[in-house]
Amino acid sequence: MTIPDQTPPATEWDSHGAESRLRQVLEAGHFAVTAELNAPDSADPKDVYANAAELGDVCDGINATDGSGANCHMSSVACCALMARAGYEPVLQMGCRDRNRIAIQGDLLGAAALGVRNVLCLTGDDVSAGDQPEARRVFDFDALHLLRTAQIMRDQGVLLSGRKLTTPPEFFLGAAANPFVPPQDLRHLRLAKKIEAGAQFIQTQYCYDVPVFEAFMRRARDMGLHEKVYLLVGVGPLRSERAAEFMRSRVPGVHIPDAVVDRLAKTPRKGKREEGIRICVEIIEEVKQIEGVRGVHIMAYRQEEAVPEIVERAGIKRERPRE
Amino acid sequence: MPGSEWFKNRPRLLEGVYAGSKLALRVLYPLLKRVLPAGLRERVFVWSEEVSKGYLFNCQMCGQCILHSTGMTCPMNCPKNLRNGPCGGVRQNGHCEVIPEMPCVWVQAWQRDAQMGRYGGEIQLLQPPVNRALQNSSAWLNLLEGVDAQRPSGWTAIELE
Repeated sequence: MTIPDQTPPATEWDSHGAESRLRQVLEAGHFAVTAELNAPDSADPKDVYANAAELGDVCDGINATDGSGANCHMSSVACCALMARAGYEPVLQMGCRDRNRIAIQGDLLGAAALGVRNVLCLTGDDVSAGDQPEARRVFDFDALHLLRTAQIMRDQGVLLSGRKLTTPPEFFLGAAANPFVPPQDLRHLRLAKKIEAGAQFIQTQYCYDVPVFEAFMRRARDMGLHEKVYLLVGVGPLRSERAAEFMRSRVPGVHIPDAVVDRLAKTPRKGKREEGIRICVEIIEEVKQIEGVRGVHIMAYRQEEAVPEIVERAGIKRERPRE
Repeated sequence: MPGSEWFKNRPRLLEGVYAGSKLALRVLYPLLKRVLPAGLRERVFVWSEEVSKGYLFNCQMCGQCILHSTGMTCPMNCPKNLRNGPCGGVRQNGHCEVIPEMPCVWVQAWQRDAQMGRYGGEIQLLQPPVNRALQNSSAWLNLLEGVDAQRPSGWTAIELE
């Protein structure tokens, strides 16, 4: 029996040391566009490439979800590593539901070594929301512990234990905000706390209620938070009123006003997809005018093909050379 | 005897009791230490905390009490164990994402913090990760001994900056 040669192949993509391109886009003052990748239920990297290809030309960053809605898919670290290898700009979503602090810090180091620069630190949907509700929930950390720990690793060059890292990771750190759920009049304080814990960019939950979002931004601006963080508003097309009903009743934290659902319900069946895209485009146009909004984050679950159209029609398309 | 909700909705009263107890224990602790041997001391405190804080706050015995910084509302009742909540999953009626019939612990905590005097506003402090090794130990003794103030050294490095 011959044992295969163990010499490692020459690495063409040693991306360590590269800077976050998403950060460069935001610092240059561009209106940033990020989108959510549909993580495949597959062991084939081609499925990641195919999904990323729909988004790559119109986005400054692609988020890989971390078992979103507590449903199991390919891991976010793996999706991000594959995207980095293919020249996309991945945003690693990391939640606290499935890993304790030891696994979190290990995955952060591993992701950085694989070329990931952007990390979105989340609490995570509870296991009860997903397809395996009998799983054990971890929540050893909360989102703010995760943020601060990633910041410590980057800026202090140590693990939480104080043990030194030979090479610290280079991270552009993000967090989520949900201005649309109670306590709505205090949500800006949680944003402030996340900024204090290390958040440099924010991606919000789906925005279908612009007045509520405007009120949130007013309070955030009063505290000067819009100058301390790059805020991207979460948006997404709804396929039908049934999809809307499903999302607001079953997906944690999604608020969709009745007016939006009614508008879809009144649209003839053939025009519903188009109406959903139109609503999404209108919301982008509205939130773009709000002071402190620096971009949008498009979550088009199973409608990735609609993202280029939305970007084009909302007038936020830019040339984005891929490295 | 009023139910525990009656007390929970009077955070100002509870914070006064907390401050008073802390002061009294600090004064009496040297004496207690001499009278009660360590093992018995831990048992007495754990038992009295289980009874009193169990009734008042549904205490989960994390051993590092931050009630006065969270609107006198126990954050360990949050199914996600958030120490810096609330999460983004709160329902439109203000109830918990995980347990629909339970009001969100953190929505209540924020409301009660706003009513508090002495410790009001402390809810905005960034709380460090939970020391899981202290589970089921006495939070009062950990406070008196300074055990609950210990942080992972990486965490301390950035606090000192």
